[in-house]
Amino acid sequence: MAEIVQAEKGGGNKKRAKKILPHMDMTPMVDLMMLLITFFMLTTSLSKSKVMEITLPEKLKDESAAPPKISASRTLNILLGPDDRIFWYPGGVDAEDYDNLPPVTETDYSAEGIRALLLDRNRFLARKINEFEQQVLEGKIRISRDSLQKATSQMKTDDDTGPIVLIKAHDEANYGNFVDILDEMNICGIARYTFMDIAWYETQMVNNAVGRTTTASAN
Amino acid sequence: MPKIKLPTKSPRIDMTPMVDTFCVILIFLLLTSQMRQPEPVNVDMPFSISETPIPDFNSMTFLIGDEGEVFFNVDNGEDTAFQFRRKILDAMAEQYEIEFNNQEKDLFERYPSPIGVPIQQLKDFLNADASARKGMETGIPLDSTDNQLAMWILFSRQENPNVRATIKADSNTEFPAIKKVLEILQDNRVNRFNLVTSLEAVRINLDEIQQ
Repeated sequence: MAEIVQAEKGGGNKKRAKKILPHMDMTPMVDLMMLLITFFMLTTSLSKSKVMEITLPEKLKDESAAPPKISASRTLNILLGPDDRIFWYPGGVDAEDYDNLPPVTETDYSAEGIRALLLDRNRFLARKINEFEQQVLEGKIRISRDSLQKATSQMKTDDDTGPIVLIKAHDEANYGNFVDILDEMNICGIARYTFMDIAWYETQMVNNAVGRTTTASAN
Repeated sequence: MPKIKLPTKSPRIDMTPMVDTFCVILIFLLLTSQMRQPEPVNVDMPFSISETPIPDFNSMTFLIGDEGEVFFNVDNGEDTAFQFRRKILDAMAEQYEIEFNNQEKDLFERYPSPIGVPIQQLKDFLNADASARKGMETGIPLDSTDNQLAMWILFSRQENPNVRATIKADSNTEFPAIKKVLEILQDNRVNRFNLVTSLEAVRINLDEIQQ
């Protein structure tokens, strides 16, 4: 470069052609880029969907085998009804007692409804887990993410005060209700819950609560 | 007084930095995103707080529309060289005594979205063009006389023992439709499921519990 400049100085008198920097118009390229970006934005899904894991109890091969006994005082039955309605009743129904079925209480899927109920029943465990997580967040306990999960699940296994929640879905409930209630179980940290088939008397209880005649469900 | 000459040329903006920015954004999008696969039915997923991302491979997906029709998809496994889909199709073809030629098998192996046709119509389905395919998908038969879904599950698990069941359904689907699929899965000894949901943040505070 330096040499060229000197050479030019030497021939000072000579008229030289005006140097024009080649200027490229970038606007079409910008247009093209915009187009491509818009295309990719529309065709791609940036956030991957999440999955919720659920494990159902294995089907009993032997039909005659008695189901495991659980204490009625800790049992909480949740019945998913039609039209996004939800009902619950505590304990179980005795086989001889089908004529006077226990009353069901209606609640809803909101934070004041089913969540308040579950948190109240599960307050001991929920507080324990929450305090533990709080301490981890504040840095009082140093623990990796994996072992945090392990510790929480250990707490759930050791727990013997929380409710045993049995979830049953009426035929007219929808999938959204099912996911919602399982989600509530996770939010409230319920240690023991399972999903089971609805019994005929429970269908009847829901129908009674909704105010429907039970002819359809009786058979 | 001399007049001030205004430049008649329009001001020129250098677009090069803008091109650079767009290039960076474009490359970012290309690297971080996955193409959205077209799905035979649109589903409105329910919300949950779960943060586990959907697995990339080793999953069989049951897509359940709001009418209760079931679509089935299974992936090729960790590496497409495993060719699980092709092997599963071979097993199905043998079971139902249908012959697929190589081209149809290739098509099936690469087919990206869930399929919801009875196996007897799968040949026509694969040979049809994209617009005709839409009308053919009525869901996989799963009643007790002709339970093809159970067969798909059985062969998928035979070919790829690590496969996990993923259920993707519309939140308005009536529950009996879901229950039927769950029951078929449980009959095939699949007891762990992943339910596909969208993320929704929920927090509970300590005071609420301490009351």
